[in-house]
Amino acid sequence: MSELLQFLIAGVKNGAIYALVALGFTVVFASTGAINFAQGEFFMLGGVLGVFFLRLGLPLPAAVLAAVLATAIIGGAFEALAIRPLSAGDPLKIIIVTIGGSVALRQFALHIFGPNEMIIAPFSSGPPIRFAGAAVERQTLWIWGLTLVTVACLAIVYQKTMLGKAMQATSLSHDGARLMGIDTKKMVTVAFVLSAALGAVAGLAVTPLTQTAFDVGAGIGVKGFTAAILGGLGNPLATVCGGIVLGLLESLAAGYFDPLYKDAVALVVLLGVLFVRPSGLAGLMRRGRG
Amino acid sequence: MPESRDVLEVRGLYAGYGSVGVLHDVGLKVRMGEMVALLGANGAGKSTLLKAVLGFVETGKGDIIFEGKALGKVRPEAQIRRGVSLVPEGRMLFGPMTVLGNLELGAYSAGRGRQRQKAISAGLERAYALFPVLKERAHQVAQTLSGGEQQMLAIARALMCSPRLLVLDEPSLGLAPRVVAEIFSALETLRGEGMTMLIAEQDASLALKHADRGYVMRNGKVILEDAADALLANEHVSAIYLGSLAGEGEGG
Repeated sequence: MSELLQFLIAGVKNGAIYALVALGFTVVFASTGAINFAQGEFFMLGGVLGVFFLRLGLPLPAAVLAAVLATAIIGGAFEALAIRPLSAGDPLKIIIVTIGGSVALRQFALHIFGPNEMIIAPFSSGPPIRFAGAAVERQTLWIWGLTLVTVACLAIVYQKTMLGKAMQATSLSHDGARLMGIDTKKMVTVAFVLSAALGAVAGLAVTPLTQTAFDVGAGIGVKGFTAAILGGLGNPLATVCGGIVLGLLESLAAGYFDPLYKDAVALVVLLGVLFVRPSGLAGLMRRGRG
Repeated sequence: MPESRDVLEVRGLYAGYGSVGVLHDVGLKVRMGEMVALLGANGAGKSTLLKAVLGFVETGKGDIIFEGKALGKVRPEAQIRRGVSLVPEGRMLFGPMTVLGNLELGAYSAGRGRQRQKAISAGLERAYALFPVLKERAHQVAQTLSGGEQQMLAIARALMCSPRLLVLDEPSLGLAPRVVAEIFSALETLRGEGMTMLIAEQDASLALKHADRGYVMRNGKVILEDAADALLANEHVSAIYLGSLAGEGEGG
């Protein structure tokens, strides 16, 4: 029983990270219709820049904030320099550019920060917390807390602010949004800024547990993409569920079968969803409602 | 009529899609407070002309002049800030959002913060006065409205930014006669308030009954221009709509 609980805790911990990365995919997809294959690099930049700012001597909260902001600015700059010059409305071109962008960002990190693994100390020190026979590392609580706060902030931006409504409008009808006076190109930039920030938060939160390096982006990119596809690439709530479900499946497969299966789970889920239910969990939710 | 009274003037305009030219040397004027009807059969170029005015279609030679100022390359998001608002064919509502959410977005270009809030409350008051059903449906998702209600929402949304020129593309399309009457009566109310309007409409007699003046388009050109009454009485207009007037026979 406590073993199952331990697996579930690990699953929800990883799932929260996948959810943040997946939300980054969803936000960009909503405004461009394209998959941003550089999303994993934003995750990498969050962790690596966090280490960088800590080494500069910034206190942890300031380093975290600086890393998220810097990654967000890089995300916006990437959009402005590489995506915006493309003729509008061609997702395939955007996808190809993001693949190139991901290689460029990885090389950029390699040259500036070197090839070695880097780590951040846990955000709060102390032994794991015992709970019903299972142990919860303190950093896991940070991951959950940061994920909750980030998702809540995102929900508030989308539901309550005019900027969020304009982003929604852009994703629903590009021409309709332009008729309202919405600068849809600016909305695409905002989407990249937001998705970069989401990736950075995830990368920062998990670095104390997993370490980071210039090349961690590709792996998490696949996980986040799978979670986003599982969530149907639309509804943010379904996306978060997609992340958690993927994390749980991985954790259970690794725990009850073989840890080697962990990474295969994402690929099996990805192919399974694409073959069987391309609309993902959102499709199921819609059907459930109807 | 002095030049400054022209809200919109289109002069010798060419426009099209890629290499396919649709509009050829089109001219048109809309004066302040006027309701101008743009008539023509399907494919005559009415929609393309409206899209060119709004900036959705590439234009070639010719000028689009708004309130006395020649506009260069026109972009839709800039046009609405200038005061030109479009009720597009197909409505382009934000379907999964509520009626209120759609209306609020209509005031997006009205400024920021408190200024926008003011525009929203003033706009909502006007919208609900014009179409009371929208108030009842305020929290309903737009895509669940009936076709007529959706058209009312599209018009109300286009008014939220207090435009100085309201452009409507086929407002009666696909709607029951009772609903069409309701919509045109709302447009009459707007005209009473001094709103300047340009309406593309396939139903010529309906449009001319309400409009001050009309332009008849055919094959991407304006072939007739006159007061609405005169056009209603013009046998060529009905002939064009019946399709019995052969290209060569025009004018004869």
